[in-house]
Amino acid sequence: MDLLQNVFAMLYQFGDTFAFLVISCAGLAVIFGMMGVINLAHGEFIMCGAYVTASAARAGLPLPVAILTGALVAGAVGMLVERMVIRHLYHRPLDSIIATWGISLIATQGVLIVLGSTMQGIGTPLGSIEVGSRSYSLYRLVLMVCALGLLGGLYLLFYHSRFGVIARATIQKPHMAHALGVNTGRMYGLTFGLGAALAGLAGGLYAPTMTMVPTMGATFIVESFVTVVVGGADIFVGAAPAAAILALIKAGLTAWYGQLFGQIGLLVTVILVIRILPGGLSGWLKGTTR
Amino acid sequence: MTRNRPTLAGLMAGAAMALVAAAPAFAQDGPIRIGVLEDQSGDFAAATMVKVHAIELAAKEINDAGGIDGRPVELVIYDTQSDNRRYQEFMRRVLQADNVDVVFAGFSSASREAYRPIVNQFDGLAFYNNQYEGGVCDNNMIVTGAVPEQQFSTLIPWMMEEYGPNVYTLAADYNFGQISAEWVRQIVEENGGTMVGEEFIPLGVSQFGQTIQNIQATEADFVVTLLVGAAQASYYEQAASANVSLPMASSVNVGQGYEHKRFTPPSLANMYVTTNYIEEIDTPASNDFVERFRAMFPDEPYINQEAANSYIAMNLYKQMVERAGTTDHDAIRSVLAEGDVCFEGPSGNVCLDPKSQHMSHTIYLAKVNDDHSISFPKVWDDIKPYWLGDAGCDLTQNDPSAQYTPSAPPPAQ
Repeated sequence: MDLLQNVFAMLYQFGDTFAFLVISCAGLAVIFGMMGVINLAHGEFIMCGAYVTASAARAGLPLPVAILTGALVAGAVGMLVERMVIRHLYHRPLDSIIATWGISLIATQGVLIVLGSTMQGIGTPLGSIEVGSRSYSLYRLVLMVCALGLLGGLYLLFYHSRFGVIARATIQKPHMAHALGVNTGRMYGLTFGLGAALAGLAGGLYAPTMTMVPTMGATFIVESFVTVVVGGADIFVGAAPAAAILALIKAGLTAWYGQLFGQIGLLVTVILVIRILPGGLSGWLKGTTR
Repeated sequence: MTRNRPTLAGLMAGAAMALVAAAPAFAQDGPIRIGVLEDQSGDFAAATMVKVHAIELAAKEINDAGGIDGRPVELVIYDTQSDNRRYQEFMRRVLQADNVDVVFAGFSSASREAYRPIVNQFDGLAFYNNQYEGGVCDNNMIVTGAVPEQQFSTLIPWMMEEYGPNVYTLAADYNFGQISAEWVRQIVEENGGTMVGEEFIPLGVSQFGQTIQNIQATEADFVVTLLVGAAQASYYEQAASANVSLPMASSVNVGQGYEHKRFTPPSLANMYVTTNYIEEIDTPASNDFVERFRAMFPDEPYINQEAANSYIAMNLYKQMVERAGTTDHDAIRSVLAEGDVCFEGPSGNVCLDPKSQHMSHTIYLAKVNDDHSISFPKVWDDIKPYWLGDAGCDLTQNDPSAQYTPSAPPPAQ
């Protein structure tokens, strides 16, 4: 029984970290992997999703609907930002970093000015379960299922839908896709919107567990960038296994040495990966299968 | 009252000001300029916007009543953005360019230690109106916030008597958390208790799954939470949803970040905090303060202990300048050295201690109930900031400009 309890505890921590990494990096990975844009406003799309979710939930919507509303609003904002700013910077990656950073500053400060320095939270639903002598939040188990569902959903979307085929064609050979009649501008807009919506979804899913402040997006930033850098450009071959490996490293180090070493472990891994596998996991995996 | 923003015009005006102010006669006759460096944006803004408002309220009341010694008060306010480098930048600016008479500055201890050398370099005078880990023995600083001997020597023994001797500390991983945790450790040992765990959390961490499990794995009777900033405050929600129903003790929560107002009940239930002021304190002086505050700032989310400290500090400064007849720092310090600089404010009667230039407090034990209302199981009157003086810091004799801790006390004379 004691063994079972410890195994469950370890699995739970691993799953918890894995879910956090996958959910927080999905939007960033889609935008970077598909479009090559490094979106420094990622955290603010997360914040947008969280704020909309909390407002919608307090207005009386059931939580799942509120979370979807948050994702949709963040996606709509994302498409707007793409049309107004990002579109003009597709061939200027460095400029797009500066531009998205500027958007992130404007969003954080704007929310602070308009909505104040904090927003009341909505409380974590579902309560807790007992395993042996320890108790666990049930909602975080739901988050783990959501992370797996998210990966499955994105796989279906990109590899088994018309949108996915056209999106991948647009990314790989934009001129050819364009010649074949694909509206590439619209595809870029939709892809960026999808990335923003995924960020909003992350915010919505974690909104009930966190403090609602304008800077809340920043707490996702390190983890999501680390996952995308380690994973490389492809979300399935790269980000998903990267999240699993990083979750193992982070959960293990945090369990043995505390939070500080968990953070150090993440960052050391990134440094090693950049040095040894500059293309990330996906670059390496694809290279060996070729 | 002006609100300065970093603009080119502001810079030039500041430079011009510095030139003009070179003539000492001018400084004596014009308004008294007070620099205000507080975080109005960034991670700490939730707890510190209210400090700026408290200073504005005090300035308005002082000006309406004829100013300090007949001279109006003029505030020079900068937003330090929860960023230690901004503190250094703006501290240089208010002392060199804006030529202020006194500065009210700082929330986190990291920010205080970032700007303190600059205050020393230009021989300025700064009020630090925050509760903190204690130990700053510096002639250029006056501290109105509560310190560990006021907050922990009261809280920890009370908690141990009420709930048991096994203590788990969860602290933010920087100077405040580390030194506060050292105080907790020492007080727990003095009272025959056991530290069953201690974990330091880097600032900005928001996921506490493993930490919660570590706490559950011990036989802790209560958890001392010394978490700082909006990200770390996510702990309470996550601990509550994992059903960690241990009582919590803190020197920073509720009285600073009003978590009981921001989170859904009952995530903060059973938290005990020692604070020298919060708006729920039901005394005529406190109610009157809240009323005046809300009359000027109707949308203020919460009036915390730092707001009261800032307000008190303004009035203490007024008293000292009027008694000294000048804003000269040595003259102010010799007034302080008389040992009877007191003020009857929103939190009761408080006095400045000449040896450490810290302040005595009425300490309220605030308990968060299941519905997040506050009750006060105990009040300690007139708790003095005795540790620095007992340990050998005496600013009336010499000025080491250092920060001491229980494990690194002042050197024996």
